[in-house]
Amino acid sequence: MARLKMVRAMCEAFEEELDRDPAVCLFGEDVGEFGGVFSTSARLQKRFGARRVFDTPLSEGAIIGMAVGAAMTGLRPIAEIMYLDFITVGIDPLVNQAAKLRYMSGGQAKLPLVIFTQCGAGTSEAAQHSQCLEAWFAHVPGLKVVMPATVADAKGLLKASIRDDNPVLYIWHKLLYDLKEDVPDGEFVVPLGKATIRRTGTDLTLVATSLMVHRAAAAAEALAGEIDIELIDLRTIVPWDIETVLGSVRKTGRLLVVHEANAQFGVGAEIVRRVTEEAFSCLRCAPLVHGGAAVPMPFAHVLEIAVVPQQETIMAAARRMVSAAGAAALPSRRPAKVGGGG
Amino acid sequence: MIDVSKETALQLLRVMYAIRAFELRMQAIFRQRTEAGESVGALHSCEGQEAVAAGVGACLRKDDYQFSTHRGHGHAIAKGLDLKRMAAEMLGKATGCSRGRGGSMHLFDFKIGLMGGNGIVGGGMPLALGAGYSARYRGSDQVTVCYFGEGAASQGAAHESINMAAVLTLPIIYVCENNLYAATTHASRNCPVENVAARATGYGIPGEVVDGNDVLAVHRAASKAVARARQGRGPTLLEAKTYRHRPHCMVIPEHRPEKEREAWQGRDPIRRFEAQLRRENVAAQDELDRLAADAERELAEAVAFAEQSPDPDPQTVCQWVWAD
Repeated sequence: MARLKMVRAMCEAFEEELDRDPAVCLFGEDVGEFGGVFSTSARLQKRFGARRVFDTPLSEGAIIGMAVGAAMTGLRPIAEIMYLDFITVGIDPLVNQAAKLRYMSGGQAKLPLVIFTQCGAGTSEAAQHSQCLEAWFAHVPGLKVVMPATVADAKGLLKASIRDDNPVLYIWHKLLYDLKEDVPDGEFVVPLGKATIRRTGTDLTLVATSLMVHRAAAAAEALAGEIDIELIDLRTIVPWDIETVLGSVRKTGRLLVVHEANAQFGVGAEIVRRVTEEAFSCLRCAPLVHGGAAVPMPFAHVLEIAVVPQQETIMAAARRMVSAAGAAALPSRRPAKVGGGG
Repeated sequence: MIDVSKETALQLLRVMYAIRAFELRMQAIFRQRTEAGESVGALHSCEGQEAVAAGVGACLRKDDYQFSTHRGHGHAIAKGLDLKRMAAEMLGKATGCSRGRGGSMHLFDFKIGLMGGNGIVGGGMPLALGAGYSARYRGSDQVTVCYFGEGAASQGAAHESINMAAVLTLPIIYVCENNLYAATTHASRNCPVENVAARATGYGIPGEVVDGNDVLAVHRAASKAVARARQGRGPTLLEAKTYRHRPHCMVIPEHRPEKEREAWQGRDPIRRFEAQLRRENVAAQDELDRLAADAERELAEAVAFAEQSPDPDPQTVCQWVWAD
């Protein structure tokens, strides 16, 4: 075990994969000589040379497009986009090209590429440097979307993303920059599409992503003795691990999804849809999605806090669900009654 | 003057015949099926622009990469796409080169470096960067050709891509096929200067304007640009001035000035080259007739193959979204 900062763990993942596979290359703005504005490629150019790790002009469309073309022709490129918000500038190569080229070519194209980027609010960078846009990309068939919450996962999921033969959008959260945790030594790969249960419980299933896993964990601890929460860290948005979520909901009968992105047409909505379709009879109360407020991210820190789910608001959401009123609101959804009907 | 071997000259003509025959036949099929109320998609015919694809294509090796546009039938034929699989793709058949998933705008054959057309105007331009980078990365001297139109020249992707290709000295030939109209909009309303190629100066790379209806002129300019890229000296911006005979996607009515139409019709690239071949005694009319007949025969076989091919199996509709 080594205790590492998240940015260091991701840098190690790059280093190990560059070492392991000569087809892997890494490029983007300030990625080469400078080592990445978040130090996620520190010293990699020195070690692997400017042929494999290099700076590009400030052109998101060209950066992502170059990754697509390189992947089509046999490389395994990683393209860094400094902020998830900036992907919107170069969205065509990702949405219209990368996601569709395999299909449109009748299976000829293989697109093993990673778009490496970071998201989220909390540093007062305002509305164009703080978004969580994962749902946009999760909606597009052909793209995988990964959001690590822990340092170990940041490394293991990144390695799996690089090895995947599909386009992967890998999104880490900027507030996890300084997070320091243990990372297993040696070869450590976390498979895509597998959620993990961070805390077991019997009263309520709480599915969270990215930074919200930490806030949800704190909320669950604070509620211990009052509400026994089972916390699932989704880890991968596409494909998402419905089996783990269903297994938990069948046990607890309650589903709360927490993510930083606003709840409108979001990842939580999709999780609730699938769980409602597949395990309606197990639900003891209406599922709930607790997302950020549907506003552009404000600059002032107090306003930012007001937008994004916090430990207290997560606790309030959980309490609302297990309160008598919450349960009574949908009495016909109690499993006993459904089972006893006919 | 014809400055290539007879063999090369006749090959250029053969490719132009194949493209013209294909385009005319597809137009007929499109009209027929539209009248029958069938779903046929959009047909972006490159009739009139054959010399660009033929001239550039003749400079490429099988393993060179090519990114095309929504108007890419000619590019695909010039790169060597099998006509049968191409016709089948046009009709959305299981035997099509993209297995009925792509259609007219998405003709792929990775075995011959055909990296697809694109339904997004300018969409292929950034992708070409990756192919160029990839070739150099592997130490190969493969080059990448990327076609775009003068309409695409107004896209951000055009600037981003040519700029990055120049900064990274990538082995790419960006070929602007200036056919004078972006859908119905005249080039003068898309571009404030007469020549798109003039922008090359701003990227510090060579730019050249050629008569896109003179197959030998295109071939000469492309040879130079391809050689430069192959030697690792970086990208070139070529602009071929040409003229699209048909409306944008057949169905949008276009009102072109009569004088303009007449002027360009007198410069049909195929008729011009035929006349030149005869004039310079490279080939006689009967030899040209034989080549044209060959093209018609091959096309007839391709269309018959396409028509007899099965539709894709609806059960397979979700296949090839993901790589396993």
